[in-house]
Parts: sequence; structure tokens; C-alpha cells
Amino acid sequence: MAGYLFRRLIQTALILLGVSFITFVLLYVLPADPVRQIAGRSATAQTVENIRAQLGLDQPMLVQYGRYLGGLVQGDMGRSYLQKTEVATLIAARLPASLLLMAGGIACELLIGLSFGVIAAVYRGRLLDQGLMVTSFVAVSAPQFVIGLLLLYVFAVQLGWFPIGGYGTFAHLVLPAVTLGIMGSGWYSRMMRSSMVEVLRQDYIRTARAKGLGRARVLIRHAIPNAILPIIAMIGIDIGIFMGGMVVVESVFGWPGIGQLAWQAIQRVDIPIIMGVTMVSATAIVLGNLIADLITPLIDPRIKLR
Amino acid sequence: MADVSAVPAAPTGALRRLMRRKLALFGLAIIALVVGGAVFASWIAPYAPEEQLFEGLTLYGEPMPPSGAFLMGTDLLGRDLFSRILYGARTSLIIGVVANGVALVIGTLVGVLAGFVRGWFGAVLMRFTDLMMAFPALLLAICLAAIFQPSLWIVAMVIALVNWVQTARVVYTETTSLAEREFIAAEKTLGASQVRILFKHILPHLIPTLIVWGTLGISVTVLLEATLSFLGVGVQPPTPSWGNIIFENQTYFQAAPWLVFIPGAAILLLALGFNLVGDALRDVLDPTQRGND
Repeated sequence: MAGYLFRRLIQTALILLGVSFITFVLLYVLPADPVRQIAGRSATAQTVENIRAQLGLDQPMLVQYGRYLGGLVQGDMGRSYLQKTEVATLIAARLPASLLLMAGGIACELLIGLSFGVIAAVYRGRLLDQGLMVTSFVAVSAPQFVIGLLLLYVFAVQLGWFPIGGYGTFAHLVLPAVTLGIMGSGWYSRMMRSSMVEVLRQDYIRTARAKGLGRARVLIRHAIPNAILPIIAMIGIDIGIFMGGMVVVESVFGWPGIGQLAWQAIQRVDIPIIMGVTMVSATAIVLGNLIADLITPLIDPRIKLR
Repeated sequence: MADVSAVPAAPTGALRRLMRRKLALFGLAIIALVVGGAVFASWIAPYAPEEQLFEGLTLYGEPMPPSGAFLMGTDLLGRDLFSRILYGARTSLIIGVVANGVALVIGTLVGVLAGFVRGWFGAVLMRFTDLMMAFPALLLAICLAAIFQPSLWIVAMVIALVNWVQTARVVYTETTSLAEREFIAAEKTLGASQVRILFKHILPHLIPTLIVWGTLGISVTVLLEATLSFLGVGVQPPTPSWGNIIFENQTYFQAAPWLVFIPGAAILLLALGFNLVGDALRDVLDPTQRGND
């Protein structure tokens, strides 16, 4: 176990190193010039060159990358070109909002997805099952920004139950979290359904029923806990999907998280911020995957880590 | 595992089994409708998609809600939404098919090579795939698209570039498990060359998987294109795309909700169509999945 963990951590570090290198090279070779953005249109060629030298952007690419990496391992992500603030500070200020949104999104997708899955499995083959499964297909096919705008239109504009956008109270969180969670809820309801169908076939369920336990008790005490276990590990893998969804959801609802930060930075070619958010997201993704892999054998002892 | 013959049995009856599924038929109908609309757009569309109609705006310069003259209403510039939706279907389908096709080819190539060649070469390919998995895909796509001043084809390439990874992983898993099967070992013992094994045995067995992933992948691609265009970094106006129609009109959506929800519904339906057909194909083509519903 310790050996496995050690090897995985090394792997994780290598993957992050690769992500940082590829992102850096991409941003370096792309045709956008950040110095032009900083200097403005009216800047003279001399000013532009001064800024370039000041930021170290006149150095060869590998030197620049080496310098960035050197800072990164010490927790220094550099300074934003335009805001003149530490990238780490900017991200730290935005991260709580994003984590809150993510937690809300996960809660929504599990709540909707797992309950739909259980109901569909219990009513397997009936109209309710078919209806729920069609709903799950619609959920995974719906673009997040359309869901977001629809919820906004119905529940904020027309009914006035929730604020139109912004951040602060629980009411602000509801619509963005549901928007973020809906796509995942479609996947979870399908996975939960097939997991439940599998469990309900097992002998121990029949034994429990034969002992005289009621249907509801068998479901709650025996079937659902066993069916949920293999699905829990999936949450770690979701993080990657959420990281992308965040950009869209935060822009629809004006949610002040790292998705918005990244989006604004991309529009202004503020490379240190883009790098920083990419690294934070990639770290979240690989850690999520690692946790998912570590949890799986705890849940199902038949699976061994190698 | 009843069938271990060298070439997979032609999926006889697969089409018939597909046709028996109501949801798959519904999905096919949606796809047929969108393809029809895209192909015959220039005949069906009542107006040119870029034409700013004088009678398309009210006296106060507001867009017109759906009516007999404008089936889906008009947009902020007085253009006929129905015509733009029809031409937008072309954009969605072109990107869906091209981007997904390229992603499928890259993914298959990487997956097969990594799974079949093994050794350090295979290991390097798979580590690279792991690395791509760690990228926040949408963020990467937005970043690339924003900086490139995208055309239709660049958007397609950007999407392909972030979308091949899943296919590569699935194909890799399939290839490694195929390579360990008895009939491949038997072929090797008989002295068959690597190339022969690859083309006569591995690739034909991958076809069902590729059909399924190819179909489901179009839905992912359509959604990604819509998202990029919605953010304003995808297909650029005046070329209509369902995503950029929403992008252009979203500031006004409280007063003119049809400008957001009609294209939104179109995106959802097309993605739904490919998801339904892809899912049914998986059940029909993969015997291990059967009996689960």
C-alpha cells in the first residue's frame, strides 16, 4: 500500500510537470502577444521592449519555463500581467467560491442522480423507469449554459424565487449548483440504476426478503448501501468535468470563482493567471483520480492495488 | 465468449434489433430531421440567414416573437431565426462529424499502437494520454480557441485535440484484452506477422466499439462547439451556429426568450439524438451489455 501510494504520488507529480510544460509551450507559441495587451495601443516600440525585458519575456522559452517552474515548486505562481497582483493571491481569493459551487454541484448530482436511479431500478421495466431513463438522457444531452439560462428565466426572472446572479447567500447558490449538477445527475441515475438492478438480483437480497423483512427495509438496509459503494468512487473522476463546467456556469450566473478568473484572463492574454488556474485545475483532477483509485479497494476488497 | 472466430460475425440483425428500440428510432428521427434541415437549408429557409429584414423589427427596433411570417421570430438585427437555425444545423453537423472523426482517428491510432506495440513506445503513448486526461479539457479548448481567432475548421481541430483521449483509453483497453486472447496467440504460433494480426484480427474486432464511441462522441462534440460559440470563442458571426445565436442575443433574453431557448432546444435535441442512438448501438453491438434493461 505504501509502495503503491509512493509510486502514484511520483506519477502525479510527473503528470503535473507535463501539464505545466505543455501549457507553457502552448501559451508561448500561440500568436497572442501579452506585452501588446499590457502596453496598450499607443505604446512606442521602445516601451514595448522595456516591458518585455522587465517581465523576462525576451528570454528563450526554456529559460522562462525554468524560472516559472522554479517559482512554482516554492508556491510562487508569478504575478498577473495586468492586475500586478500575485496569481496565488488572486486564486486563493476566488477558490472558496468555486469550491462551494463544486460542493453544491456534487450534492445536487448525487441527490437527483442516486434517487432517480433507485426509483428506476425498483420500478424496473415500468413506465416510471422508462420516463426516468429518458429524463437522464435529456440531462446528459443538455448544454449547461442553456440549463442555466432556463433556470434563470423561470425561477429568477419569472417567479422571482432566487436572485438573478451574484454570490453571498444560500439562495444565490441554488441555481448555479443545480445547473452544474444536472449533467452528472443523468450519468449517476443510469449508473445507480444498473448497480441497483445488479444488487437486487443477489441471493442475500432474496434471503433477506425470505426472512420476512419488508420491501422498504431490504431496500434501505441491504440494497442501497451495497449499490451505492461502487458509485462513490466516481465522484473523484467528476472533478475534471466540473472544472470545465465551472467556466460556463460562473459566467452565466456571475459567480466570482476561478472559472471567471480564468475566462477574464484568457480574454486579456494574462498568461500567469491562465497558467495558475490550469495548474490548480489539473492538480484537482489528478488528486480526484488518485482518491477514486484509493477508495475503490476499500469499498470492494476483491480489487487489489498494484 | 461464444464467438472467437478470426473475423467478428457480421452484426446480422443488429440493424433490426436497433429498429425495434423506440428510443433509438426517436433519436434517428431527430438526426434525420437535422440532417434534412442542414442539407436542404437553402430550399427550406424562407430568408437568407444573414439578411437583416426591415419588417423583421418592430417600430421600436425590437425583435419579433414567433408568428406566421417568422416561424421562430427574429433576432436583434431583424434576421429570421428559423433560417438561421437551419443554416446553423450545417455548422453543428460539420463540426460534429469532422471534429469527432479526427478525434476518433487520433484516439484509435494512439490506443491501438499503445495496446499492440507495448514496450517503451506503448508506455510513452499511454503516459501522454494520462497527461491529457489531467488537462481541464474545456479550459484548454477555450484558451486555444480564444487565442486563435477561430474559423469553422480551427474550432473543429481544437475540439478534436481535446476529445481524442477518451477514445484512446477505450481502444487501448480493448486492444490489450484482445491481444491476450487465445486466437491471437494461435495466430502468432502459426507465424502470422504483426501487421496481419493487426489488420485482420485486432482492427475488425474494434469496429463495434468505434461505431458506438463515434456516435456518442458526436453528441459531446456538438455540445462543446455550442459551449465555445456561446462564450464567443467558437464559430464567429455572421456564420450562424446554434451556440453563437445564443451568444449574440443573450443580453436581451429576458425580453426575447425565444432567441435563447429555440437554439438551446435545437442543441439539446441533436445531442440527445446521437446519445440515444449511440446508447442503443452499444446494447445492440455489445453482447455483454444485453439483458441489463
